[in-house]
Amino acid sequence: MLGLGGRKSPLVWVMHLSVLLLVVLWTLPTAGLFITSLRTADQISVSGWWTALSSAERNAITRTPDGSAETQVGDRYVIAGNVLKNGGEVVAFGRSSLKPTQFKPGEVADLGDGITLSVKADGSYELSGPTKLEGGQRIFYTARTPPAFTLGNYAHVLSANGMLRAFMNSLTVAVPATVIPILIAAYAAFALAWMPFPGRSLLIAIIVGLLVVPLQMSLIPILTLYNDIGKATAVDAHGVIGTLMHYSGLGQMSDDGTQIGLNPKSYLGVWLAHTGFGLPLAIFLLRNYMVGLPREIIESARVDGATDFQIFTRIVLPLSFPALASFAIFQFLWTWNDLLVATVFLSHQQDSLVMTGKLKDLLGSHGGDWEILAASAFISISVPLLVFFALQKYLVRGLLAGSVK
Amino acid sequence: MLQQLITAGLTIAVGITAAFGYFYGSNILLDLIFPSKAPGDRGTRNIRRAGVIRPWLFVGPAVLALTLYLVYPVVDSIWLSFHGRDGHEFVGLKNYIWFVGDARIRAAFLNNLLWLLVVPAASTFLGLVSAALTDRIFWGNLAKSLIFMPMAISFVGATVIWKFVYDYRAANQTQIGLLNAIVTWFGGAPEAWITVPFWNNFFLMVILVWIQTGFAMVILSAALRGIPEETIEAAVLDGANGLQIFFRIMVPQIWSTIAVVWTTITITVLKVFDIVYAMTNGQWDTDVLANQMYVWMFEGGGDYGRGATIALIIMLLVVPIMIWNIRNARREMEGR
Repeated sequence: MLGLGGRKSPLVWVMHLSVLLLVVLWTLPTAGLFITSLRTADQISVSGWWTALSSAERNAITRTPDGSAETQVGDRYVIAGNVLKNGGEVVAFGRSSLKPTQFKPGEVADLGDGITLSVKADGSYELSGPTKLEGGQRIFYTARTPPAFTLGNYAHVLSANGMLRAFMNSLTVAVPATVIPILIAAYAAFALAWMPFPGRSLLIAIIVGLLVVPLQMSLIPILTLYNDIGKATAVDAHGVIGTLMHYSGLGQMSDDGTQIGLNPKSYLGVWLAHTGFGLPLAIFLLRNYMVGLPREIIESARVDGATDFQIFTRIVLPLSFPALASFAIFQFLWTWNDLLVATVFLSHQQDSLVMTGKLKDLLGSHGGDWEILAASAFISISVPLLVFFALQKYLVRGLLAGSVK
Repeated sequence: MLQQLITAGLTIAVGITAAFGYFYGSNILLDLIFPSKAPGDRGTRNIRRAGVIRPWLFVGPAVLALTLYLVYPVVDSIWLSFHGRDGHEFVGLKNYIWFVGDARIRAAFLNNLLWLLVVPAASTFLGLVSAALTDRIFWGNLAKSLIFMPMAISFVGATVIWKFVYDYRAANQTQIGLLNAIVTWFGGAPEAWITVPFWNNFFLMVILVWIQTGFAMVILSAALRGIPEETIEAAVLDGANGLQIFFRIMVPQIWSTIAVVWTTITITVLKVFDIVYAMTNGQWDTDVLANQMYVWMFEGGGDYGRGATIALIIMLLVVPIMIWNIRNARREMEGR
């Protein structure tokens, strides 16, 4: 489109290279964490993830067992074993920390007093001497391990760290919190786009204003409100309504176990909160889209005697699918990725943490355990990434509808 | 867990049915109360009356939810900001005086200003550059996708990703963090980046820039493509070079879009809390207002008065953008 791209000048190469640089900068951090999530804790701590594809060499020390493990072979006493526990090969060994790579595998090191040590490439060693051995001999060796990847970290965090539970919790929060606002917003957007009524433009202005209200503002007032509702709805825990509340999971028992009220920290509360916070954008996006629908279609349907309700469900709603999809993606990404609303409106108990909350917890308690952090982080971002790459078209469309004037 | 999934599924089903039921039922009810088929004058009058009420049936639930979750909290926060820690005792302007005088708040405020200066500028600039470049190469769409990708990652997830980049090991150990590995490869000394006062703010900002650049790029790229070709062709004929065309011809034509991107990112910056909360929790002089607000609201028993005051200040900082947005929307509606 611009005279720039057509010419085969050095400038074209500069352009390709700069984009390549940008792309590398933007993907490398994520790639690093992904590769890390596929390595064992040992590998992670001895070498950077960028070495994962090449063989890694590391220096290590081991000690032979003490004399009780020895066997007698002919006239010599022998302690045998293997320095490698996880495979790989030994490329050098030594007998002192000053010269840890003095011998090649297969060579025999003379330790004095007729005692010899040899380490083979496969890691097996043999310490032997003419008299009874004391054992406990230190062996310095350099091992080379081939690139190896494992899904063990994922298996571990899913089973032992409660990530599976957190995954389910995130899903429980995100799906209804996406569906409910769409329903409410679609009707409102239709009225604001196609039904003239007094105060309509004022309402639109208010919604545009609410677009930027920081949701932090709502946390204390709404939390207080939820607590008050919990107290106000308290009924006898053993009555019909109380029993229903208990088994539906909506109730929270009072400390003495006699009263039960609506639980202030329930999924219902989070869904409604996300609904409230997502509505301005939803109405704004959908109205902008619906206003752009051809007037003739709607007018002719009116002339044919269709009611507003019919026009909405049969004509406007199906035509608005792209806008609905855009908002659905936004809201899903937002609710799945949210930490603040979930932290405030759900309880902090381990079994009700969502993935972001769990990750935050792990950052505090397992700050250095990168195998756990990396695998957990990847489980949590896999869903949004999947949504992102599958539905990018709608996401871009929604962004453009929301921002470009 | 199974019970939870069933409950969630049931709630969705009940919710959707109830919502449809409400909209459908209320419309039917309206038609029953004001039958349009009534004889003579009453029929037309009924249609008019129903027409007055019906829009409110459509917007009703939305207005209710917006009032409860956004409008009422603003009012309640204003009220709370004049009250003490439990929200009952009236303290006048005490919370505001505390806000102005408190050293930690001032530090957070200054950091916030730094964020406001750096992040929108850097994201918009990088977005503009990548938009201009990717539009002109054959693999531009793939590049765009990859630069846009961090947008899908949660702030906490991004924090984990970058914490690994900044990871620090003592100088005699193998560095497993990318940044320190590069630094030591060039012969420098490894550094615990997120604990270095002042500069650590920038290491945190990098995360948000990394997330927001894709957003800026997507929108600016669309705007660049919307520029009329004639203006560019004319410039080419007049002998302008690539950079001149870009900065003198193209950028001025998309100023309004740049402003939209800039303000949108500014709002995000003001609200951002997760990155600081998860990475440092405000330690090593990295605090920002949104994190201070969380600390005052929910940690150590909570001080609702002070928490609400901080929230209100953040809100006040957004108000100019809010007014500007409303004006734009108004102007646009008049144009229709």
